[in-house]
Amino acid sequence: MYRVLGLLCCFFLSESVWSQHILSGTVLGDDGKSLPGVNVYIRDSYDGAITDSTGHYSFPTDISGPAVLVASFIGYKTIEKPVEINGSELRADLILREEISELNAVVITAGSFEASDKKRATVLSLLDIVTTAGADADISATLQTVPGVQKVGEQEGLFVRGGSAEEAKVIIDGAVVNNFYYSSIPGIASRGRFSPFLFSGTAFTSGGYSALYGQALSAVLNLESVDLPARSEMQVGISPLFVSAGFQHVNQEKTQSFGASYAYTNLNLYMAVIPQRFDISQAPVGHEGDLNYRFKTKKNGIFKAYATYSFNKQGIRQASLDSTGLKNGYHVGNANVYLNSSFKQSLGKRWNYTGVISYSYNRDDIEARLLDQRNENVPATGIGVLDNVTFSTVAVQQMLQMRHVVERKFSGLNALRFGGEIWYNKDASDIRSLYYNGPADIEDTYGAVFAETDVYLSKNLAFRPGLRAEYSRLTGKANLAPRASLSCKIAPQMQLTFDYGIFYQTPERKYLLFDKDFDFNRADHYILTYQWLNKDYTFRVQAYDKEYIRLTKTDQTAQNAVHEDGSGYARGIELFWRDRKTFKGFNYWISYSFIDTERDYLNYPVKATPTFAASHSGSIVLKKFWVSRMLGVNWSYTVTSGRPYYNPNLGSDDFLSDRTRPYQSHNVSVNWLTNVFKSNAVVVFSLNNVFNQRQIFGYSYSNRIFDDNNLLIRKAIQPPTARSVFVGLFMSWGVDRTQDNINNNL
Amino acid sequence: MKNVLLLIALLASSALSAQTGYEKAMTKGLQMVKDAQTAQDMNAASAFFERIAVTEKNNWLPYYYAAWTQILAGYMDEKADKDKVAHKANELISQADAFQPDNSEIYCLKQMSASLAMLVDPMTRWQTYGMEAATALDKAKKLDPSNPRPYLLEAQGLYYTPEQFGGGKAKAKVVYEKAIQMYGTFKPASPLHPSWGLEQAEEGLKNCME
Repeated sequence: MYRVLGLLCCFFLSESVWSQHILSGTVLGDDGKSLPGVNVYIRDSYDGAITDSTGHYSFPTDISGPAVLVASFIGYKTIEKPVEINGSELRADLILREEISELNAVVITAGSFEASDKKRATVLSLLDIVTTAGADADISATLQTVPGVQKVGEQEGLFVRGGSAEEAKVIIDGAVVNNFYYSSIPGIASRGRFSPFLFSGTAFTSGGYSALYGQALSAVLNLESVDLPARSEMQVGISPLFVSAGFQHVNQEKTQSFGASYAYTNLNLYMAVIPQRFDISQAPVGHEGDLNYRFKTKKNGIFKAYATYSFNKQGIRQASLDSTGLKNGYHVGNANVYLNSSFKQSLGKRWNYTGVISYSYNRDDIEARLLDQRNENVPATGIGVLDNVTFSTVAVQQMLQMRHVVERKFSGLNALRFGGEIWYNKDASDIRSLYYNGPADIEDTYGAVFAETDVYLSKNLAFRPGLRAEYSRLTGKANLAPRASLSCKIAPQMQLTFDYGIFYQTPERKYLLFDKDFDFNRADHYILTYQWLNKDYTFRVQAYDKEYIRLTKTDQTAQNAVHEDGSGYARGIELFWRDRKTFKGFNYWISYSFIDTERDYLNYPVKATPTFAASHSGSIVLKKFWVSRMLGVNWSYTVTSGRPYYNPNLGSDDFLSDRTRPYQSHNVSVNWLTNVFKSNAVVVFSLNNVFNQRQIFGYSYSNRIFDDNNLLIRKAIQPPTARSVFVGLFMSWGVDRTQDNINNNL
Repeated sequence: MKNVLLLIALLASSALSAQTGYEKAMTKGLQMVKDAQTAQDMNAASAFFERIAVTEKNNWLPYYYAAWTQILAGYMDEKADKDKVAHKANELISQADAFQPDNSEIYCLKQMSASLAMLVDPMTRWQTYGMEAATALDKAKKLDPSNPRPYLLEAQGLYYTPEQFGGGKAKAKVVYEKAIQMYGTFKPASPLHPSWGLEQAEEGLKNCME
C-alpha cells in the first residue's frame, strides 16, 4: 500500500522533472526596439518570466503539448501566441504593439494653454495662476503673460490675436459667463469676479477651438470648477483693502459638501494712502457672497450648484477736456447675480453626460455728470459735447442658458461628443440724457447643436473634425461652422498640430436696436503649432492667420449697425518657453508675440491696426520657492511696443497711425507660508510697476479746445496709480473630522 | 480495494497539489519580494504575482500583491516613469477591487499609488493626488479599524511632509508608535493575506528618534 503511494509519488515527481522544457525568446516593440520588463508566461499556469534589459526571456515549464504564450507590458496590447511545447527547448520571439493612451498619444489640444494639476504634463499649473507677479491672482491678468494675449491696461477682457475683448468668451463648467469682470469706469480695467481657487482646471485656447463652443471670434477661456473640496475648512482673509470669511463643509464619506463665503471690499484707506491720479468721488466699496453645494452620485457622477451675489459701487471725477474748470463725474453701481448648476454622470461604461443650467443678472446704474469746481451739477450749456456728458443709465442684462453634452468613448482614445445648447439673453436699459430719454430693450434666443469626434489613426496621428450649427432668433440667421484639428507626433514629446475653423458671432446686441437684419460676424482661423513638452520643459511656436470675413460696421457715433461689410486680418508668430528644471527650485517662462493686424469695423473710416494690438509683446515670468523657509518670490516683466491711439487732429488717411510709447512693467510678489493662530496662513505682498515706469495706454482728446499749435488738447490714459501695492493675510483652518478622531484615539 | 485506495490517493494527491500549487506560488512570490534588491527584482515579483492572478482568475490577493510590488518598484527606481507605473498599478488595483470591494488593504494600495503619482510634481499635484491619497487612507481606516497599514502609510506621509504643511517628525512619531502597537494585535486572515509593514514602522520610528 505504502509502496504504491511511494511509487505514485515517484512517478509524479519524475514526470515533472523529466518533462521540463525551456521557453525563450526576445520581445520587440512595433518600432523594432527590444522591450525590457515584459511579462511573458503560459496561459493558465504560473510559469513565466520577465524580459531582461535586452528584451530576452527564458523560463522552464512542466507543461507540454499545445499551450498559449502570453506577453503583457504596460502601455502595450497584450498578445497571445499559440505554441506547441515539445522537445527540451522552444524559442518564440514576440512583437508587441503599443497601445494608444493618454500617456503616449499625440495631444489634440496642443495649441491651448492648460492649467491643470491632474493631467500628465500641462503648460501651466493652477499654482501659476495665483503666483504670477503682476497678476494679483486674476486669471485673465495671468493669461496676459502668455503669447497671443495683449496687455491692455485701460479695459478689462481678453484681447486675443488682434481681437477685441468681445471676441473672447469665458466659460464656467460649459456655461458662458455674461459679466465675467466687475463693472468698470472707462479708462480703468477691472478684475474678474471669480477667484482662481474656484477652479480645478483652466484651459485657454487662443484660436482654433473646439466645435463644442461658439460665439467667440477669437478665443475661449474654459474654467472647470472644483469637484469636491479636499476637506472641511474655514477661511479668513484680511487686507487693508478687504476682509473675507468663508467655510466649506465636507461630509465624512466625502460624498457631499456645502459652503458659503462673504467678502467686504473698501478701498477708502488704500486710496487715501496711495496717491491716485483721479479725484475719487466714491472709492470702490463692495459686498459679495456665495453659496455652493456639491454631491457625488453613486456612479462617480457629480452635481454642483454655485450661486454668487455682489454689489459694488465706485466713482471718479476728472477735469473735462472740453472746458476749462469743469469736471466730468462718473459713478457706477453694480449688482450681479450668477447661478450655475452642472451635472456630470457616466452612463454605463462608455457613455458620459454633462449638463449645465446657468442664469445671470447684472444691473449697472451709471450716473455721468458735468460738474463745476464745487462738484455741483452744471445745468445745460447748449454746447453739445458738454451736455452729452450728462446722462443716467440703468442697464439690466439677463442670461439664461442650458447645455447638454454626451460623450461616447471608443477603444483607445477615440471618442465622439455631441450635444446642444440654448441661450436666452435680455438686455433692458433706460437712458436719461438731455437728448434722449427712454428704454432700449432687446432680446435674443440663440441655439446651437454640435458634434466632434477624436480619431486616432495611430498613436502618432490624430484627427478631430467637428461641426457646429447655430441660429439666432434676433437676426433670423443661421450658420454652419466646421472645425478641424490634425495632430502629428514627430518625435517623442514633440508634435505638430494644425487647427482650422470657421467661427461665428452674433453682432453685439447694442448695435441691433433698430435694424436687426445682420448676418453673423465671421473669422476663419488657420494655426500651425510646434510643441515640445515634457514635465520639465515646454517649447512652443505658433504661426497663425486669422481672417475676419465679416465684421459689423456702425454709423459715425458707433451706436447702430449700418452694414456688415467690415473685414480684417491678423497674422503672427508666437513663442513660448518654459523651464522648470535647469535651476533647482526656480522656474520661469518667456513668451513673445509678433502680430500684424488690421481691421475695418465699427466706425473706423479706413482699415487700420486697432488700439488693442501692439506689434511686439513679451513677458518674462520668474518664480522661486524656498522650501526651507516656505517663501516664494515671483517676478514678472512685461514689455510691449507702442499701441495705436486715435488722434482727431489727423485726417482719416492717418487714422490710428500714432503709437504710444512702449509699455513696460516690472512686478514683484512674495508669498510666505506660515502658521498664524494655528491656521495654515499665506502672507501675500505684491508691488506692480516696481520701477515706476511711465505707462501710457493711449490718449483722450478734447472735442473743442485747441492748444497754441491749433491742435486739440489731450490727456494721457494711465493706470490710476503709478505703482500698485497689495498686502494680505489669508488663513485657513482645516477641520478634518477624521484627523480629530485619530488624535482622540491615540 | 487496492484500486479504490489508489483512486483515493490519486484524487487526494491531485487535490493537495492543486491547492499547494497556489499557496506554494504565493509563498514563493512573497519570498521574491523579501529578497528583492533592485527595482528589476521587484518587477519580476510583480510579474510573477500577475501571472498567478490571471491564472487564478477570481482571487484578489495575487492582484493585490502584483499592484503592491509594482508600486514598490516605482519607488525603488528613481528613473521610473511614475505616471506609467501608477497607471499600471491602478489597473491591477481595480481588478483586486472588483473581486473584493471595500477592502481596507486595497485602499492602502490606492493611497500608495496616488502618492507615487504625486511625486512627479508634488508642488502642483498635492491638491489632486494628495487628496486622492488622503481619501483612500480615510476609507482604509474606516473599513478595518484594526488594520495597522493605513497608520504606517500615514506616518510615512507625515514624515516626508514639511512641518509647515502639518507634517514633521514629531507628528510622524506618534502615528508610527500607534501603528507598531496595532501590529502587535493584528492577525492576518491567512499566512497569505497582507501582513507587511512592521519592519518599516520600526525603521520609521527609529528615523523619527534621530
